[in-house]
Amino acid sequence: MTEMKKVFSRPDSLKDVQTHFCPGCQHGTIHRLVADAMDYFGIKDQTIGVASVGCSVFLYGYFDIDVIEAPHGRAPAVATGAKRVHPNRPVFTYQGDGDLAAIGTSEIIHTANRGEKLTVIFVNNTTYGMTGGQMAPTSLPGQKTSTSPEGRDIGNDGYPIKMAELLSGLEGTAYSVRVAVDTPKHVLQAGKAIRKAFKTQLDGQGFAFVEVLATCPTNWGMNPLQANERVADEMIPYFPLGVYKDATE
Amino acid sequence: MEEGLTKRLFVKGNEAVAMGALEAGCRYYFGYPITPQSDIPEYISREMPKLGGQFIQAESEVASINMLLGASASGARAMTSSSSPGISLKQEGISYMSGSECPGLIVNICRSGPGLGGIDASQADYFQSVKGGGHGGYHIIVLAPDSVQEMYDMAMLAFDLSDRYRVPAMILADAVIGQMKEGLTPHPYVAPDDLETKDWALIGDGKAGEQKIVKSLYLGDGELEAHNNRLHAKYAVMQAKEVRYEGVDLDDAELVITAYGSTARIAKTAVRLAREQGMKVGLLRPITLFPFPKAAFKEHTSAGQKVLCFELNNGQMVDDVRLAVPGTDVSFYGRAPGAGSLPTPEEFLDQIRNHYEA
Repeated sequence: MTEMKKVFSRPDSLKDVQTHFCPGCQHGTIHRLVADAMDYFGIKDQTIGVASVGCSVFLYGYFDIDVIEAPHGRAPAVATGAKRVHPNRPVFTYQGDGDLAAIGTSEIIHTANRGEKLTVIFVNNTTYGMTGGQMAPTSLPGQKTSTSPEGRDIGNDGYPIKMAELLSGLEGTAYSVRVAVDTPKHVLQAGKAIRKAFKTQLDGQGFAFVEVLATCPTNWGMNPLQANERVADEMIPYFPLGVYKDATE
Repeated sequence: MEEGLTKRLFVKGNEAVAMGALEAGCRYYFGYPITPQSDIPEYISREMPKLGGQFIQAESEVASINMLLGASASGARAMTSSSSPGISLKQEGISYMSGSECPGLIVNICRSGPGLGGIDASQADYFQSVKGGGHGGYHIIVLAPDSVQEMYDMAMLAFDLSDRYRVPAMILADAVIGQMKEGLTPHPYVAPDDLETKDWALIGDGKAGEQKIVKSLYLGDGELEAHNNRLHAKYAVMQAKEVRYEGVDLDDAELVITAYGSTARIAKTAVRLAREQGMKVGLLRPITLFPFPKAAFKEHTSAGQKVLCFELNNGQMVDDVRLAVPGTDVSFYGRAPGAGSLPTPEEFLDQIRNHYEA
């Protein structure tokens, strides 16, 4: 009888619970990558997570870490307060596109500009998931949503905002990257980027930002496979993957 | 005790409240410039680094109150300060702090409104302060100092009450109390015996096996109702135990004058002048605006005394007085925000005489 070796398991930083996420939603994958990074550095019992408003609000339900729940868009300010009190504890925010790139633009820009030693996980799925698929600041030109029924009109609504590029222009940003989780290769790259974003903070090198392109099949009106294809076909061409700033070397 | 802490000083109210907060162990300040409170961040930006604390001039009032939320959830004594328009912006964060039971000090050096209004003294933020201010039906502790000394003392009291109940505390003053200079005798902070370790907060080197969550979202069946009932039970305990007020010449008073903060200073002089003229009047000065001294009003109007309320607004606290003593003859005299000058003791004295003789 061959002895079986366990080669894959749930990260310690994740609780053994079911999530509320829809089928095909990639929050679960991204949660796992963040948990992997905390496991890798052995920081689960030190880390403070700051939850935002939207589908990611239940952070404390899935991560086995200390969590503060922030008002909509204010997670970077709340995280700033926590980090200043506990400079030796890793602090991260986990925010969606409406939260970070619309109502919270002021907080994210100034937190990055102060060079706060934080890790920010930004999940860009081009829509407001929790509230039912309204137009987001990252919705693509022509994208039909519940508040842009004829498609996003650049003349009326402006352009999808490119946060990884925008934040890379600030002196306080040490690391800014955009990744996706639509293919195994991209998942591995995203995992490395998230790990590096935590290392940047642990090394005291400054503000670290990871934008993750993700699906929202429910609000896109697609099945999970179609949604995943949209990431490659429509999102990545507008939001190119890559490292936009790396001042950590 | 710091050297020179008992020496008599001549300082502004804004400086006194900052001094009291630092002496009480506040080591985190987050704020944004606005007249007439900017002396507070200016003082703290200078003094906080000497104490090893942190001062952040935030990008907005919204950010500063949320930094306060984060620092408070992390177990620290922390504060912010602003003036009326900035306090409006902070209401979102104050509601979240209330919902997630984060203590902390918010100083409001009121100016006139509505809107941009003006920079002169006003008491028009009374309703906003004592009735919740933000969404959701909560209360915060509201203290109303009437002197530079009380600005110092109440910074300490505000932190103690706020920590004891896990309810945010506001010091509600105005441009007069904040900007005037008078004598201050600083004294060392002594922590009350009953203050417990903040084992609910994200303190120490980690969670040590037990996950700490600071949140205001309750979606489970009945959870939020139970949470709100628990918050209101705390308010009821505060109402029973934490009311503070000052009484002047109330024992034989036939007319009870009431006013708080800057207006109470003027009223005190007016009451003294009235006594000199043989009128039996006294002053009931609420120090805690929430919890409101309802029982004191009942006690001092139980023999049919009339009440006259002075405010620097068009009538706000007077509503709470009337709720406290239904059936009592309660009159109001106020000056609208933007009056440009303060009422004089003689102006109040005329009102006292009219109501006393009526």
